[in-house]
Amino acid sequence: MSDTTIESTDAAEHEDAGVHAGHGPSDSFFIKTALVLAAITALEVAASYIELGVMFLPILIGLMLIKFFAVVLIFMHVKYDTKIFGQMFWIGLSLAFFVYLVMLLTFQFFLK
Amino acid sequence: MSDVVKETVGEAVDIVEDRAPSERDHASSADHDLHDSDEHSHHTSLGISNTKLAMWLFLGSECLLFGGLISTYMLYRNRTSGDVGPDQLWDIPFTSASSFVLLMSSLTMVLAVSAAGRGDDRNTKIWMGSTAALGGLFLAGQVYEFTVFYREGLGYTDSLFASSFYTLTGFHGVHVAVGIIMLLSTLAMLAKGKISGDKAETVEMVGLYWHFVDVVWILIFTLVYLIPA
Repeated sequence: MSDTTIESTDAAEHEDAGVHAGHGPSDSFFIKTALVLAAITALEVAASYIELGVMFLPILIGLMLIKFFAVVLIFMHVKYDTKIFGQMFWIGLSLAFFVYLVMLLTFQFFLK
Repeated sequence: MSDVVKETVGEAVDIVEDRAPSERDHASSADHDLHDSDEHSHHTSLGISNTKLAMWLFLGSECLLFGGLISTYMLYRNRTSGDVGPDQLWDIPFTSASSFVLLMSSLTMVLAVSAAGRGDDRNTKIWMGSTAALGGLFLAGQVYEFTVFYREGLGYTDSLFASSFYTLTGFHGVHVAVGIIMLLSTLAMLAKGKISGDKAETVEMVGLYWHFVDVVWILIFTLVYLIPA
């Protein structure tokens, strides 16, 4: 009985802190994150219709990266999970980024 | 004589009592090992899940696959034939709606993982079903888009642009289709109670794959559709 009470109290404390009994944030936090991501997508689309000049590409790439990292860190729980899992992904991503950056440089993609 | 008997019996009792705890320990340890092998056989000596580690390694390797496809598209996006290029074909409002659908499917997936973590089977099934439905909607949109492009004269082998575009978005579409199959299979296994071991982790594995598919689309949507050639 007392054990159950302790567990219930712990669960309530975690819930108050916005953290589930497992790990990671609460459902309401996920919903808020998704709404922010939807708003960023709307901004991206709006940016593609507006004449932003030289700022167009950096703004669009910036918004894309915010969405990318938000999904990986929050939805995929990289921020809340054991570090080694995220490291497996970051290693693959970094390798891909540098390999294909070299490929694009070799083909003079950025000079065209 | 009776003293000898008492002493012998006492020694025998001591021996039995000495053995009993070790036997109990052994039996308990064996039970524990059995329990571990049933429920946590996928955990390494480091205390992390083998299954999860394998999934993250797989996703890391997938970055190389999609990195290659995206880079190839970036290189060839101006190599069009005739008048059929990105500027004539893209329907940004339609693709934006598709992106929104996939983004919302990531939300329903994370809610399914969250429900599975709480042991809430009912909501896990509801959210997983919703994710599969939204994935199906996205896929239907992609099939429609491909059909429109083909009718407008963009065949797979017409130009380097066409080949690289269809290969990139097609590969992504195949990943979405595989994700839907994974979702529906897991859903069916949950319904029949056929998932042995940790249900929450099984749902989480499907979730990781699904979020990765969404993450790749975030890159494709901006780099392919929004940034003009």
